[in-house]
Amino acid sequence: MPDSAPLLRLSEVSVRFGGVSALADVDFCIEKGAVTALIGPNGAGKTTLLGVITGMVAAQHGRVELDGADITALAPHVRARQGVVRTFQNLEVFANMTVLENVMTGRHALVRYGVADSILRTPRFRAGERACREAALEKLEFVGLADKKDILAGELPYGSQRLLEMARAVAAEPRLLLLDEPAAGLNTQETKSLAALIARVRDELGITVGLVEHDMDLVMGISDAVTVLNFGTVLASGDPAQIQANPDVVAAYLGG
Amino acid sequence: MRPWHARNLSRAGLFAVALFMAPLFLPNEYYINILILGAINALIALGLNLLLGYAGQISLGHAAFFGLSAYATAYATTRLGLPIPAGMGLGVALSALVAWLIGMPTLRLKGHYLAMATLGFGIIVNIVMNETVDVTGGPSGFVGIPRLALFGFIFDSDRSYYYLTAGVLALAALFSLNLIDSRVGRALRAIHTSERAAQTAGVDIAGYKLFVFVLSAAFAGVAGVLYAHFLCFVAPSSFGFHFSVQLVVMVVLGGMASVWGAVAGAFFLTALPEALRGFEEVDILIYGAILVSCVMYMPMGMAGAASGLRRRLGRRRGGGAPGAPGSEEGGHAG
Repeated sequence: MPDSAPLLRLSEVSVRFGGVSALADVDFCIEKGAVTALIGPNGAGKTTLLGVITGMVAAQHGRVELDGADITALAPHVRARQGVVRTFQNLEVFANMTVLENVMTGRHALVRYGVADSILRTPRFRAGERACREAALEKLEFVGLADKKDILAGELPYGSQRLLEMARAVAAEPRLLLLDEPAAGLNTQETKSLAALIARVRDELGITVGLVEHDMDLVMGISDAVTVLNFGTVLASGDPAQIQANPDVVAAYLGG
Repeated sequence: MRPWHARNLSRAGLFAVALFMAPLFLPNEYYINILILGAINALIALGLNLLLGYAGQISLGHAAFFGLSAYATAYATTRLGLPIPAGMGLGVALSALVAWLIGMPTLRLKGHYLAMATLGFGIIVNIVMNETVDVTGGPSGFVGIPRLALFGFIFDSDRSYYYLTAGVLALAALFSLNLIDSRVGRALRAIHTSERAAQTAGVDIAGYKLFVFVLSAAFAGVAGVLYAHFLCFVAPSSFGFHFSVQLVVMVVLGGMASVWGAVAGAFFLTALPEALRGFEEVDILIYGAILVSCVMYMPMGMAGAASGLRRRLGRRRGGGAPGAPGSEEGGHAG
């Protein structure tokens, strides 16, 4: 593993909001094909770090590399096209679209036809739209929402909306999928099936996963690597067993 | 079964037929004027609906884009002596270009900067129309614009002009429907709901906002040149802030994010003052009362009310199936 380069590498990332330091000199890696969890107490900077990776939060200092290429200066939608896709802690499904349209929107950058094709309904448009629809249906089947495809997304129950966000994200065929507290608001049963789904995203779709999560059972159950943030700095990194045994971590977080 | 990709075409075709039949039901020729103005307003509302209803961006200066193109073709076809099609092309291009210049800096910012920028822009344009008397004719208006002639055919009767504007409106409706029902439309709707989620789907939000803003200004531009060559006279009072607000009301009253709603809202608000003309002094009161009750009883606009009604009728019909024979079904032909 050490000889292959990580899919994502953050070096010396610092973010300040006014006078408050949210992240200070953070180094962080996500290995290819793994589930890497980012944990830490509230306010440790996890969501900010996710923002730095996707480009939604600007870092004052530091460097973000995807597969060896510097993406620090790229806009969020460009990074998404290069394979960095995320979900949101506060669900952001497109409530006024159907479930299927949501997932089709996820494939926006993969559909290759222009405005003129849309207006004139050219064969290019028809082929593109059909392919997009089929791929989206496949992703809905993957998360188990295929039978809900024509329902308005806003009418889905909460747990299903989480699954829909997941389907929309994997529909973009990302290289790196970042999940921001995907278990928030889910019951035990739903969390269990979420864990299974995340493992399938990694194993069946071959997508590398970055996971920000509070639910320790979920994190320790499915993660290949764990990084602990505390007060904007990296406290520890390692596999789940190492993290659970680390006295600093226990003091700062697990025990607290 | 029609193929799925031709669905919008048949809808727009039906709309065109309805528009073309409308003059048959008019009591006299005067009403053709109102239909023409209604169609021109509907054209602007369609464009504004793409911007406001779908992408969720507010423009408070659409009357100015409408006016810019009207004055541009007026000036080009009289003072510059250009042929009418060239003047019209110039007018639409000017509206689109100015929208691009306004949108470039403002749409990169988060928040309601577009509303503020277009508000100021609309007021400035109106002042310029009033003050540059040498170019625009000032407050008393620009006279002597030629009536529209295309390919040797002069649209000198109101009826022929109506068929032209109706045709353009039906095409614009088809354009809108097809645009919305594509990846572009999905991107616009996504921006409306969540910009962050749209970004993570790879949507260039600043680019799409600029695109739809310029497009909606171009719709207003097309309406403007049709207006100028119909009335053969334009004056600043038609393009003021009041009309910009009225356009927004057309879209909202019709039902945001609905092509047919925008069209219905435009025709309704164009015809309403005419219908109330008999009430003389209290007409503005009744106008206000009707608007208020529309907003109270149809919060989702005309389109929302229509789909609600359709759903309710459908439920009643479905619910009454076991006992009663469905006698009412025979009467409807769709």
